[in-house]
Amino acid sequence: MNQTIQTTCPYCGVGCGISAQVDAANRCVTINGDDSHPANFGRLCSKGSALGDTIELKGRLLQPSVYGRETNWTEALDLVADRFLDTIQKYGPDAVAIYGSGQLLTEDYYVANKLMKGFIGSGNMDTNSRLCMSSSVAGHKRAFGADTVPGCYEDYEHAELIILIGSNTAWCHPVSFQRIRAAKEANPSLKIVVIDPRRTASCDIADLHLPLASGSDAWLFNGLLNYVGHASRTNPTYIEQHTEGFAEALAAAENAGISQVAEQCRVNIEDLQRFYEWFATTDKVMSLYSQGINQSSSGTDKVNAIINCHLATGKIGKPGSGPFSLTGQPNAMGGREVGGLSHQLAAHMDFANVDDIDRVARFWGSRQIATKPGLPAVDLFDAIYDGKVKAVWIMGTNPVVSLPNADKVKQALQRCEFVVVSDCIANTDTTALAHVLLPAQGWSEKDGTVTNSERRISRQRALFKPAGNAKPDWWILTQVAQRMRFEQAFPYQSPVEIFREHAALSGFENNGSRDFDISAFADITQENYDRLQPTQWPVNQQYPQGRARLFDDGRFYTPSGKAQFIAITPSAPGMLPNADYPLILNTGRLRDQWHTMTRTAIAAKLNQHKPEPFVEIHPDDAARYGLIQNGLASIESRWGEMLARVQITGSQLPGNVFVPMHWTAQHASHGRMGALVNPFVDPVSKQPESKHTPVRIKAYQPVWQGFILSRHEFTAITSAYWVKIKGEQFYRYELAGDLIPNDWLEWANLNTGVTAPQWQEYQDTAKGNYRAALLVDNRLESVIFISRQNQFPERSWLTSLFVKTELDKTERMALLTGLPPQGVNDTGAIVCACFNIGEQTIKTAIKDQGLTSHQEVGCCLKAGTNCGSCVPEIKLLLLEHG
Amino acid sequence: MKKRLVVIGNGMAGMRTVEELLSAAPKQYEITVFGAEPYGNYNRIMLSAVLAGDKSIEDIVINDRQWYVDHGITLHAGADKAVVGIDRSARTVIAKDGSIAAYDRLLIATGSQAVIAEVQGCDLDGVISFRDIIDVNKMLAYSDSHKHAVVLGGGLLGLEAANGLALRGMNVTVIHNNELLLNRQLDKPAAKMLQAELEQRGIKFKMAAKLQSLRGDNNNHITAVQFADGSELACDLFIMAIGVRPNMALAKQSGLYCERGIVVNDTLQSYDPSIYAVGECIQHRGATFGLVAPLFEQAKVCANHLSAHGVAEYITLPTATKLKVTGIKLFSVGDFIGEQGSESIQFSDPGLGIYKKLVIKANQLVGAVLYGDTADGAWYQELLEKKADISGIRDILVFGKAYA
Repeated sequence: MNQTIQTTCPYCGVGCGISAQVDAANRCVTINGDDSHPANFGRLCSKGSALGDTIELKGRLLQPSVYGRETNWTEALDLVADRFLDTIQKYGPDAVAIYGSGQLLTEDYYVANKLMKGFIGSGNMDTNSRLCMSSSVAGHKRAFGADTVPGCYEDYEHAELIILIGSNTAWCHPVSFQRIRAAKEANPSLKIVVIDPRRTASCDIADLHLPLASGSDAWLFNGLLNYVGHASRTNPTYIEQHTEGFAEALAAAENAGISQVAEQCRVNIEDLQRFYEWFATTDKVMSLYSQGINQSSSGTDKVNAIINCHLATGKIGKPGSGPFSLTGQPNAMGGREVGGLSHQLAAHMDFANVDDIDRVARFWGSRQIATKPGLPAVDLFDAIYDGKVKAVWIMGTNPVVSLPNADKVKQALQRCEFVVVSDCIANTDTTALAHVLLPAQGWSEKDGTVTNSERRISRQRALFKPAGNAKPDWWILTQVAQRMRFEQAFPYQSPVEIFREHAALSGFENNGSRDFDISAFADITQENYDRLQPTQWPVNQQYPQGRARLFDDGRFYTPSGKAQFIAITPSAPGMLPNADYPLILNTGRLRDQWHTMTRTAIAAKLNQHKPEPFVEIHPDDAARYGLIQNGLASIESRWGEMLARVQITGSQLPGNVFVPMHWTAQHASHGRMGALVNPFVDPVSKQPESKHTPVRIKAYQPVWQGFILSRHEFTAITSAYWVKIKGEQFYRYELAGDLIPNDWLEWANLNTGVTAPQWQEYQDTAKGNYRAALLVDNRLESVIFISRQNQFPERSWLTSLFVKTELDKTERMALLTGLPPQGVNDTGAIVCACFNIGEQTIKTAIKDQGLTSHQEVGCCLKAGTNCGSCVPEIKLLLLEHG
Repeated sequence: MKKRLVVIGNGMAGMRTVEELLSAAPKQYEITVFGAEPYGNYNRIMLSAVLAGDKSIEDIVINDRQWYVDHGITLHAGADKAVVGIDRSARTVIAKDGSIAAYDRLLIATGSQAVIAEVQGCDLDGVISFRDIIDVNKMLAYSDSHKHAVVLGGGLLGLEAANGLALRGMNVTVIHNNELLLNRQLDKPAAKMLQAELEQRGIKFKMAAKLQSLRGDNNNHITAVQFADGSELACDLFIMAIGVRPNMALAKQSGLYCERGIVVNDTLQSYDPSIYAVGECIQHRGATFGLVAPLFEQAKVCANHLSAHGVAEYITLPTATKLKVTGIKLFSVGDFIGEQGSESIQFSDPGLGIYKKLVIKANQLVGAVLYGDTADGAWYQELLEKKADISGIRDILVFGKAYA
């Protein structure tokens, strides 16, 4: 019996609604976009669409374990509570910490925060949102007096100019991007400007791309403030009535004349002029920004530099206008609401305000509430490294991969006396270092709420019964809290109880003084909670149905009620390139992967778009450093190094390189970009500067390179460089090595774990080519390609053979060419992940059927018609082959 | 008046030359053919197929007696028509029965004869070679009445004989003086695969064996084979298949210059300008011949000169080997071992019984061994003959023409 359940996607901050048809008996689910959800109206991206492929139980953490030994919940929870209590008793509450995640549900987050700040009495509760949104939080707080996102997605349809700043929206928030694309198609006068050092897929819809120098954003927006100031394009009435500090901000931007800005940002002055003019002369302007702004040692200033321009022109709080922070994670906002960052207390109340501390203490009935901020992420792991924090509980995140200077984070956890990790996945770079592993429920089992970028609270609903012994995070926390003798404050039996308490706290002595107020839910019944429809906060007496836009009344949450201009002096990044490290390393997301790939890499189709860690580099730099397309390169910073496949592209600025953030030691031997990232943080937000690390690059020339495709996952790989890619019924290993084995066949047996098989073999020893294939009953088991030269066929045809139960003779004889037998078409590298359509298929269709638009390609092949993220690539193919 | 052409030898080389000549210059000669076998012209290389039962004698006849009549050729066929003398000054030949024919041009195509191992007992009854229809008929008769056959020689002919006799129900053992079968055509992996496949068909092998003697009974018929290591094999029929040597006695006796064969130049002309020679009886630039492909090429060149076109030159090209055993595919050409400075590309699929090895030197294909899949043999031979630069297709070369 299938049941349809409405829930929310667990990936980016767009917060798309999902309509899941659940077949509980077979534990499988068909995923569709929820047509009624205001975040996506039925659309889903490639990642969301593939959620059904990620719920398998293989690789799940399903049983608690202590010191490598599986055990029951009682022992594990007792141990965690005892060790935390013991540590607190010996060293004080600041010797313990919780490091959470924007993947936690609001209810989980609330309990974690309450436990640490309210009852353990330390501020040491921080989260991976620190790496993601904390500059936005700080910027909002400085300008608005509260961490408020003023607008909503509907503004896309009202806007006349949308600026994408430091955001590859097309890949990182695909459904929002598709909505903007649709808005532009419906209203061709809507202009799109992309501000990004990289020419990303988002430029596909851009009327103007400003490839500004990395880190120079504050100059750009100071320049804009200067421009509107001098062009008399400000809104003096608005400035007068609703803001403070304009004169100082303008004065600080006085040196940001247009030519000065063009020089600092290294952009074309005419383009700059055009952008400024568009902003100045367009009524409805949205500035969408993301990690390119936030992940900076002056990220907060950059956020305020953007907000300043909106305040100066009054382009805020009205339909189609305003600064708009695109949040990275599904519940980054929920985390902020509960106070999940170490400087926050709870419900948009801070340690900075003694009344807030008192208020929350009274509400929680706590006498030991923390009274000062705890350690933010980078400092927290430094403190662990230094032995100051002796017990840490990491929930649903993978800091050994994602934090800057990640090798030090690894060492910190290796040194730490007591590491607890709760996760739904058994093997991650972080679970590997845990003393206690607690099996948390995964997305398909969890029950609670999340908040998306537009302040919309949506329900995440369980699709299945929990697997194995997995438990909800709130339950695990509650159990530990009770064992730590806080049972009175932690009586929770279900998520709704926590949600009610959270809602009540948001309204507690609020009276309009705090933006976050969902007090209308303080008494919500279980039934209504279960039926809760997506709603934008605030949800209170005044706005019982929620509120689309804040600041439409010109009232802000500062003591004066007026928005604050912040005078910005542009700062250089923490570390500048020098002779030793001449290039700037930029990091970011890919279209089809999420964070550290613990879940997306389970879905075969998501691993095909960008299967291997790569580094994008400008052709001039590639020539300078002797790099060749598809060769391997070693990238090194002062902090660490990685290996990546070279992608030479004019989309990079000279002097800049880009690597994806996703690869871990589970999927690649040397793919952890976090090891390189410099640990500089913003002084206000404490957010790390992940977008700017000086590095050097050189070609890595292994003696041999190659790949293995295998029906079975290997337990060990014996080559110097490897990347593991899960596919449809196969695993693909990209390999390189410095030692040529004496006997390749022996090596093949060793690596694939088979004994005495009859391998089909190809050997051209003089050229250093070795290829082999193993078939059992004509079913393909393994394929190996090794070469001294890095010349290999596309993997697409070979990988397609693994879904076949039997190969015919022509296929078998063609195997070691890597090319389909005559008459069989090669699909080429996958472009459309949703429908698995390859580049070659698209090219052929374009040529043979004379297709001229991506819509026609869609009609013909379905490619690009689901999530649409590959439309830019399809258009490029049309351009090249049409 | 037409010139007279006399052909000694009614075999494949001689008759192919005649056919080529008839098509190039149909009216130029009055042709007389002498043959020691009492048939028209037949395809000797198909004798294996006859032995194996895949073909009948009729199937392998190329030109029956009517064909000679139709083309105005005088045929003298039969043991008594064997030519016994050539009078070069008179330009006549004489047969055993005294028939005399005068020539303006003489073509010698006397072929070759089997090498007989000089061991004790080699003259016993039941010891034969495998050359002609008479031999095949003997073998067929033995297979009906006797059990144990021993074939000396693991070359092409020996294996074909062994296969045929095994198919006829005999218990066959092949004796070979090398570790590898077809060691002049195959490398080790291919030879091992071939041996395994033949063993599966019931043929036994005694490899690297040294033959001591053949033993006979009171009727002077072979009964057993003795080896140097003291072992012994029961034997009712012993086939000598250790090679052939040119039939040049007649030529030598007439004073034509011979070495290992009748020496000819690039136009297939012997030291006597009016006498040509083709086929297995000749020696050209030091080489003698045992496979059919060069014979046909010689026939073409020789006919070109007999017809006075006079432009063709014979060049010996690497010849591909095929084993005519149903179901066994092997192909070998050129330098398949790979001398110093050469490189090799190998492909094998033991599951399918396929092995391929290509030898490359200076970006040219110089040799190939194919076992189990010979579809691309012709392509490799073409590349080899053309001395094509294969560097651009090297990676797909072993996979065949379809990928080029």
